[in-house]
Amino acid sequence: MEMTGAQILVHYLQDEGVEHIWGYPGGAVLPIYDALDTDGDELNHILVRHEQAAVHAADGYARSTGKPGVVLVTSGPGATNAVTGIATAYMDSIPMVCITGQVPTALIGLDAFQEIDTVGITRPIVKHNFLVKDVNELADTLKKAFYLATTGRPGPVVVDIPKDIQTAKSSYVYTQEVDMRSYMPVTKGHSGQIKKAVEMMLSAKRPILYSGGGTVLSDASAELTKLTHKLGFPIVQTLMGLGAFPASDKQALGMLGMHGTYEANLSMHNSDLIIAIGARFDDRVTGNLEKFCPDAKIIHVDIDPASISKNVIVDIPIVGPVKQVLTEMNAILDKTELKSDEAALADWWTQIEEWRATKCLRYDTTGSKIKPQAAVEAVWEVTNGDAYVSSDVGQHQMYAAQYYPFDKPRRWINSGGLGTMGFGLPAAMGVQMAFPDAVSICVTGEGSIQMNIQELSTCLQYGLPVKIICLNNGFLGMVRQWQEFFYERRYSMSYMDSLPDFVKLAESYGHVGVRIDDPKTMKEQLAEVFSDKNKDRLVFVDIMTDQQENVYPMIPAGAGLNEMILV
Amino acid sequence: MKHIISMLMENESGALSRVSGLFSARGYNIHALTVAPTEDDSISRLTLVTSGTAAQIEQIVKHLNRLIDVIKVLDLTEGAHIERELMLIKLSATGQMRDEYKRLADIFRGDIVDVTATTYTVQMVGESKKLDAFISAIDPVLILETVRSGTVGVLRGEKCLHV
Repeated sequence: MEMTGAQILVHYLQDEGVEHIWGYPGGAVLPIYDALDTDGDELNHILVRHEQAAVHAADGYARSTGKPGVVLVTSGPGATNAVTGIATAYMDSIPMVCITGQVPTALIGLDAFQEIDTVGITRPIVKHNFLVKDVNELADTLKKAFYLATTGRPGPVVVDIPKDIQTAKSSYVYTQEVDMRSYMPVTKGHSGQIKKAVEMMLSAKRPILYSGGGTVLSDASAELTKLTHKLGFPIVQTLMGLGAFPASDKQALGMLGMHGTYEANLSMHNSDLIIAIGARFDDRVTGNLEKFCPDAKIIHVDIDPASISKNVIVDIPIVGPVKQVLTEMNAILDKTELKSDEAALADWWTQIEEWRATKCLRYDTTGSKIKPQAAVEAVWEVTNGDAYVSSDVGQHQMYAAQYYPFDKPRRWINSGGLGTMGFGLPAAMGVQMAFPDAVSICVTGEGSIQMNIQELSTCLQYGLPVKIICLNNGFLGMVRQWQEFFYERRYSMSYMDSLPDFVKLAESYGHVGVRIDDPKTMKEQLAEVFSDKNKDRLVFVDIMTDQQENVYPMIPAGAGLNEMILV
Repeated sequence: MKHIISMLMENESGALSRVSGLFSARGYNIHALTVAPTEDDSISRLTLVTSGTAAQIEQIVKHLNRLIDVIKVLDLTEGAHIERELMLIKLSATGQMRDEYKRLADIFRGDIVDVTATTYTVQMVGESKKLDAFISAIDPVLILETVRSGTVGVLRGEKCLHV
């Protein structure tokens, strides 16, 4: 059928099964917005208030559903505003297709109005990007974009479409097949390596499983849980991997790394075998590499060969999808006559329980001020631990990771790699769009929330009943904490002065505002926030927390995993 | 150690900047880089010379392979290979130096491809080390201009880098 480029895009997205598209119109995408109006009956476009939020919302949708998020923005400032969102998705390997408008082909390179080299600017922060130069190649390019975004190690793909390509005509047929000689993602791990890995696992005396975001991305939660139970090994999870293995299971030692638990970090440090699964030995996980796990052999399962032996040299690399590799490991364990060293494992667990008995996450519950940890715990209780929790970046993010234990994958939505403040609220919008009846929470601080607070307006327009839990301590808390520890308490620019009255602000946007400043009434007030009364309302909960509180435990920069600061 | 990394990639606009961008973003060195289409117009052959530890080179190869436009990557230095570089070097040539340069060019199997009353332009092909040796045999004050193509190379024998 003969169509314009803009119509081809809209029809393609519908044929690809895209439900939602987050965006903001502008000069260079007007033909696409027109086609959305005329041809886009099956597409739900959400008009955000800032392009960065469009990308974070699509990202939240992608993280919570596993489907690619789709974004539509205009050229120039539309594209540059989207850059932070795209980089956020890239660092956490989130599947996403971002359509950007571009000035007409004839004007490219002439410094036209709202012209920017989008492909050049986004090149280091995308899995791949395209500038479409011929309308006849548009449909195939879109197919490639979705294929690249969702296969192998997922990531964002940008498709830049000049305005004249949007109005030029071509025949459209939905492309079913995609064939790229330069891109062949691994679909299966090496069986010999997997077998060797299982043998090494069964002969270990102090083994530990270390699972990350790749397990979530690969939807391998069931396989990981099965493997962990079969082996009886302790398991630690990264910030990105929380929920892939249930936090309430006794084999779970919690999060590891800079603000990980004592038992998680000491178990890693003292292990003789680390089985890394979809995790990338990030610097926030390893601490000082020279002091990292001196006695451990390492098995590393990852879809991306470039992640293997990047920071830490591994003994058995397995390149493949986590889900497939774990399935094969489970099958070998089902059949093998080899047994793990039960006596050694029992000793290992005895040692681990001693570390766990330290109760490193305990905090003072007697004071008159609200402790941020208590606020998160109370939210966990009143939501039965079953909400989708998106977070911003800072102390509140760590408190959420530590005090809202997740038993299911894709419930914890946060910017782990890039650490983007302003991520939380739009991400929670994306989650709410994907799951209209679920509880979608944004845990934030008074600093982060102001980086995308304009989205309160979007939430009203689309009836998104997100619950915002703002841990308001009047400080950029994590900055303040580092200044306290490492800069002799010179609190340079970390105090947030002239804060708005968030309750009134929420109300002026047409939402419900609640302030909590008394630890005694906190739980009751929170229960009301999450009660049926507010089922369809966005509630902004401004919780005044203790300004002096810090995130513990903590591994200072340059230290090893065994050199933690406890309370 | 110096490595010659050779790759086939899609002959797309922007493909070269993906490679060079990768090197600058990750802090890898590029000593030389050369690229041109192959007998198949849709494919370019890019050769670059870099240096680093074995682990760094392994990461470089992995990251190059990860680029979507890159079809195949080979570290030529790992096996027996032939490497060549072309140099055009313009020399100030007057008086007795004219004979001297003629002899020197012959020793290095170079050709004088352009002559004026005061200059010679010498063309020379060989391994980079040979070109370095030629340069160091000449008084730097008398070198007017040096243009080097960057190294290209192929594997020895029947083994090929192909799609």
